[in-house]
Amino acid sequence: MASFSPTVPVSVPATGHGGGSVPPSYGGGGGGSGDGYPDYGRRLRRARLGLAVALAPILMFFVSLVSAYIVRKGLPTFDEKTNTYVREWNSVELPLALLLVNTGLLAASSISAEFARRQITRQAALAPVRSIPGVSLGNEAGVPWLYVTVLLGAGFLVGQWLAWQELAARGFYLATNAGSSFVYLMTAAHGIHLAGGALVLLYAAVVSLFHKPIEARRIVVDVTAWYWHFMFLLWVGIFGFLWFMR
Amino acid sequence: MATSAPVHAHAAPQGFIRKYVFSLDHKIIGLQYYFLALVAVFVGMFLSLLMRIHLIWPTAVLPLVGEIKPETYLSLLTMHGTIMVFFVLTTAPQSGFGNYFLPIQIGAPDMAFPVLNMLSFWTTFVAFVILVSAFFVSGGAPLHGWTGYAPLSALQNAGPGQQLGADLWITSIAIFCVASLMGALNFITTTLDLRCKGMTMMRMPLTCWAWFVTAILGLLAFGVLLSAGILLLLDRNLGTSFYVPLVVVNGQVMRHRGGSPLLWQHLFWFFGHPEVYIAILPGMGVTSQLLSTFSRKPIFGYKAMVYAIMGIGILGFVVWGHHMFMSGMSPYSAFAFSIMTMLIGVPSAIKTFNWLGTIHNGRVRFYTPMLFAIGFVSLFVSGGLSGPFLAQPVLDIPLHDTYFVVGHFHLIMGVAAIFGIFAGTYYWFPKMFGRMMNESLGRVHFVITLIGTYAIFMPMHYLGMAGQTRRYSQFTEVQYMTHLIPLQTFMTYAAFITIAAQLIFLFNLFWSMFKGEKASDNPWHATTLEWTTTTPPPHDNFGGHTPAVYHGPYEYSVPGAAKDYLMQNDPAGVAAH
Repeated sequence: MASFSPTVPVSVPATGHGGGSVPPSYGGGGGGSGDGYPDYGRRLRRARLGLAVALAPILMFFVSLVSAYIVRKGLPTFDEKTNTYVREWNSVELPLALLLVNTGLLAASSISAEFARRQITRQAALAPVRSIPGVSLGNEAGVPWLYVTVLLGAGFLVGQWLAWQELAARGFYLATNAGSSFVYLMTAAHGIHLAGGALVLLYAAVVSLFHKPIEARRIVVDVTAWYWHFMFLLWVGIFGFLWFMR
Repeated sequence: MATSAPVHAHAAPQGFIRKYVFSLDHKIIGLQYYFLALVAVFVGMFLSLLMRIHLIWPTAVLPLVGEIKPETYLSLLTMHGTIMVFFVLTTAPQSGFGNYFLPIQIGAPDMAFPVLNMLSFWTTFVAFVILVSAFFVSGGAPLHGWTGYAPLSALQNAGPGQQLGADLWITSIAIFCVASLMGALNFITTTLDLRCKGMTMMRMPLTCWAWFVTAILGLLAFGVLLSAGILLLLDRNLGTSFYVPLVVVNGQVMRHRGGSPLLWQHLFWFFGHPEVYIAILPGMGVTSQLLSTFSRKPIFGYKAMVYAIMGIGILGFVVWGHHMFMSGMSPYSAFAFSIMTMLIGVPSAIKTFNWLGTIHNGRVRFYTPMLFAIGFVSLFVSGGLSGPFLAQPVLDIPLHDTYFVVGHFHLIMGVAAIFGIFAGTYYWFPKMFGRMMNESLGRVHFVITLIGTYAIFMPMHYLGMAGQTRRYSQFTEVQYMTHLIPLQTFMTYAAFITIAAQLIFLFNLFWSMFKGEKASDNPWHATTLEWTTTTPPPHDNFGGHTPAVYHGPYEYSVPGAAKDYLMQNDPAGVAAH
């Protein structure tokens, strides 16, 4: 029988999903209670995809701030006093040394987040073996990388707070000039995003005290670690931009 | 079905709160969005009626509302635009129908992230409540129009509504941005990850393509509006100077200096133009779906339709400058924006001709949803044809601040998108509520609405060419406009009649929910997956199974088939290959 679009025998599905070869959706969306066990591999892929999509608007948010910065810096405006077009822009004296230390802290926390991600991946992989009665893999506790990451992240945020104090001491407040407005705004926006990631990591660490399956925790840690790396790269971008375009 | 696989159905929630209020079910959330938009559209319509009344009877004292002062008129204008664009045109076609039917049409049990889905609805709801509350604070609603141009929007003392009202307006928009971003994230992930077996991207119904591309537009656009709104809030409340240059208000020098009002326009329209397509693309998807179904023919040029949707989406991001030809931009930039804008005519024409090609020689069944789909095409063409005029700076400059632009965008983005919503409502109502809507009432509704719409918005083009400025609350005393009063009066009467006709729709909607004729599972003999499941669909959409798909979505009048349509999950015809 003819049809307008090619028919494909379903035993050999030509699915061609965007984003890699994803098997058919038998897992169902979330929940996953019932007789079978939830398909964690599939949920992990979905969460990673969701994160990748979520990073786009975050990036757009900062890109629009960056372009606003460039426009605000470059576009002359009409001055009613002199009846001429003027460019009103004053550079901000950034506390470079402190910001470099902060960058180092965030880089360290990003590395630590990667260790946490690999640690929990290994633990999740070994969980079935560990659950066999009589099988011991020894004490695998190791470094609590999740807490280390959160601590380093908190150190970064405190450092940023100190940088604000330093800016204020140099006479740069939010409304002093457009440059300082952007510095405060972009660092604050980045800080809020990072704090959100830290809260999620803390959540993942705390739920380990309850009986949440390690696979579910692994998904949270994995996705947040990628988010954390993104926040580090974003910070490098923001810092570099603010420094070189000041 | 021989090849359906079991799914781990998540249990249906019990209890009213979990089932209907804080529901995780995409179908309930879709309906929540739909009814939120229904409330919003009647609020927005009421505001527009007040404006129309004020235009021709400027001194009338209305019951409950009182006298409409010039600043009240501007508040009405602002709130009408904001409510309609954000809480109707963005909410119903994408979040409403998209939430309900995207997962079912791609054979998924739910959206990818149900909790996020619930959050995005309730965030939208909060945004709506905050926006409407602006009417009730001291000073009233803001005056700065839905585009919120600085410095008017950026100064607390610029006008009566510019104090708390404007702060509430910006806060509402910012919250709406966050809600839309969460929604877009869910739509994209769902489309990419949850398609059932055999549902390739190129077998998705065009509705799904439209929702998918719309979600991408929203994902890239709303973050920019969010940052623009934050800058505006800082300018208003913390004394920064992003948008405000050195200005004098009421003889008082403001402390701002050096800010650029144009910066707001750039950021706003970088969001604002894609927003136009966020409003219209889902309507295009529904129209494509319906024209094919009710003409009993495959959609003409499926691939071309998909690429046209993408083309419109991409071009939509590089044309924002055409809203700013008046701003004194460099003629070279204006030229570039003008060319890009006119290029949008190409994918738009592809879509229009494909729609006509779909109906051509079809065995057309003129049910109400089909009538509204044809109405969509009509309005899209009528509103679209004035686009190339406005795309040229030399014509836009005289026309921009006149009613010509008001007529243009109401036809193409306002009413066309509303027709898409109507078409979708009449088409999917049986699936959503298990009953048919009344056909006779539907036809009456269609005829009055179509004629009424043209009667309201077509004359605006003539008003614009006659030089009548928009946004002015009162023109009856202006000598060169007095001869336009009869036309404006005609438009106001047309608005009364058209709005009254919407009560027919409202009655039909609620009456049919309880008293309508019982609907079968597939009353329109359509092919897509939502019609393969029971009516209304069970909690996990397919009753414990995932469908498998063997065909494209528009297999109508297939040669040699027993029926004149082939459902997407019908394995017939597979053996032959």
